[in-house]
Amino acid sequence: MDLEEHEPSSPKMHQVLDEEGELIGEEPDIEDDTLKDMYWWMFYARKADEKALKLQRQGRMGTFAPIKGQEAAQVGASTAMKDDDWFVPAFRELGAYLQRDVALEQNYKYFMGDARGNEIPGDVNNLPIAVPVSTQIPHAVGLAWGIKRDGGGKAVLTVFGDGATSEGDFHEGLNFAGVLNVPAVFFCQNNQWAISVPFEKQTNSETIAQKAHAYGFPGVFVDGNDVLAVHEVTKKALQRAREEEVPTLIEALTYRLSMHTTADDPTRYRSEEELKEWEEKDPIKRFRIYLEKKGIWTEDWQQELEKKAEDKIKEAVDAAENIEDPDPEEMFKYMFEVLPEDLKSQMEYLKRSLREKEIEEEKVEIEGGFP
Amino acid sequence: MSEMNIVDAVNDALHLEMEKDEDVMILGEDVGENEGVFRVTEGLLEKFGEERVRDTPLAESGIVGVSIGLGLYGMKPVAEIQFMGFMWPALDQLSSHASRYRNRSQGQLNVPMVLRAPYGGGVKALEHHSESFESVLAHIPGLKVVIPSTPKDAKGLMISSIRDPDPVVFLEPKKLYRAFKQDVPDGELVEEIGEARVVKEGEDITLVGWGAMVPKMVKAADHAAKENISVEVVDLRTIYPYDEETVHDSIRKTGRLLVVQEAHRTGGFASEIIARAADKELLSLKAPPKRSTGFDVPFPLYKMEDWAIPDVDRIVKKIRRLIEW
Repeated sequence: MDLEEHEPSSPKMHQVLDEEGELIGEEPDIEDDTLKDMYWWMFYARKADEKALKLQRQGRMGTFAPIKGQEAAQVGASTAMKDDDWFVPAFRELGAYLQRDVALEQNYKYFMGDARGNEIPGDVNNLPIAVPVSTQIPHAVGLAWGIKRDGGGKAVLTVFGDGATSEGDFHEGLNFAGVLNVPAVFFCQNNQWAISVPFEKQTNSETIAQKAHAYGFPGVFVDGNDVLAVHEVTKKALQRAREEEVPTLIEALTYRLSMHTTADDPTRYRSEEELKEWEEKDPIKRFRIYLEKKGIWTEDWQQELEKKAEDKIKEAVDAAENIEDPDPEEMFKYMFEVLPEDLKSQMEYLKRSLREKEIEEEKVEIEGGFP
Repeated sequence: MSEMNIVDAVNDALHLEMEKDEDVMILGEDVGENEGVFRVTEGLLEKFGEERVRDTPLAESGIVGVSIGLGLYGMKPVAEIQFMGFMWPALDQLSSHASRYRNRSQGQLNVPMVLRAPYGGGVKALEHHSESFESVLAHIPGLKVVIPSTPKDAKGLMISSIRDPDPVVFLEPKKLYRAFKQDVPDGELVEEIGEARVVKEGEDITLVGWGAMVPKMVKAADHAAKENISVEVVDLRTIYPYDEETVHDSIRKTGRLLVVQEAHRTGGFASEIIARAADKELLSLKAPPKRSTGFDVPFPLYKMEDWAIPDVDRIVKKIRRLIEW
């Protein structure tokens, strides 16, 4: 498909597979190994996400944002990236993160409240999780501007949700990108719910993709549960960014099958019917049907993946749960390159007060945790 | 040596650092073609081109957010917010990100950016053009807050701010922009961030302040001298990190403390200075530490602006009260 010719305000999504996993039009030119990889990362992310939910419910993990249902959008986009492209995430990115070399134990550590889980693997250009909605978008633009000044050849992919498109930083970031013409790809996972606020209460635009019109660059509306379509569109947008140093906005329509975070109860605001309807459109199931028809997916292979995922998840849980406690110095030592005297003395005070602690306060557990 | 005012001095520092380091970039509203509304970025677009000196869209959060991205990539952005009163939309980016990336990434990333803004009143400006909320910035962990009051300090501190690997907010007292000239060394000049300067030595009372309050404190000291009161004046130059040592050394010598702050009173940085003095130097103090500050009202339109800012008269009277206490 041609990004420039796509009509972003049309409610017609770009698809490669239909909802039954049947090819629509031409078969994309993707090697079997890549297809297998994509399936693995989607499947592994689903399993790791399900495990995290169990851990949270057992009180072994803090609040986190499940990705269930968004595996195709995440993996389709991240597999379109090169290692030296920059990935600028929001906070619901397990699928993309795992595919971008972040070890699962890191993610588990982070959501178990351990800052060391935020360590970035050495050879990949990932930013850490950004929690305030949309605020990472201008950072992606700055990185892309840096790339451009540096002679180009790389691109930045930033991801965010439908709610983020109502924020000022979305507008400011995309407007800057259009004016500066930088190699940034803005990838919206429209999962249709910003906690309890549905898409139609978020914007009166037909699509999010059409907002690109206003910034003077292409916008593409793609089926976010079709991993091949997401991959194709993102790959083209990134390539275009690397070669021509221009931005693209991609809207991937998907659905949050789980809760906003583990502190949220979606039965308060959305119907069982709607959920059922989208469970039928499960992105992993759809891709599996396609792979099965191609002779790539088999029961035996699935068993292999189940075993592999199970082992890796067990390892990650063990590593995350058995890490030694952080040193109190870690709370201070990354504040500045050189620690000011005042912070040093605050650090010494904390260490001393822990060492000499006489009164242990009773810990109060709050049911359900905090959002 | 060259005679310079603060505008010239900041401009000189920007020219020097841009010549020295290709990664230094300038961005903000009207910083290019118009050379800044106060002309602080004069000659930079012409010399370094649009690739490095860029007029941006009118969007404060975007300016700071994009600067963060540039900094993460390894550039050294020097961004301008045209007036401090318009910095609020960028506070989210400063407090949620600029100040946190190093910490969040376990020391793997840093944001070597400088955010410049003219601040403070006294120039008959429109509403929202006279604010000084530096205390809010000092309250955000992870930011350095630098406020020069002389051309020499403005140059030396700007050079240090650009070279600093962490985010620095650099506030320029616009009342002093062209108020006086000073001989400033040509070429390289480095003033350390986080070091206060004793402007005037004295024995009876310590006056601490920053920005446009510094010349007022010096004038007040001259008046007090006529009454045989010897005043020591300390210009903080940086409010975070705070140079407690210089201030407390002075308190131990004089036994009296008056903090002069242009900003509103409640929760201001003057309160922090006094809390620390009370905490650590109570027995050195011969009188309760005092403040002379702005009022807890929005900065007024200009018919009333002189009333809103501590003046020499108020400062001298507080000095007397402390001496007589």
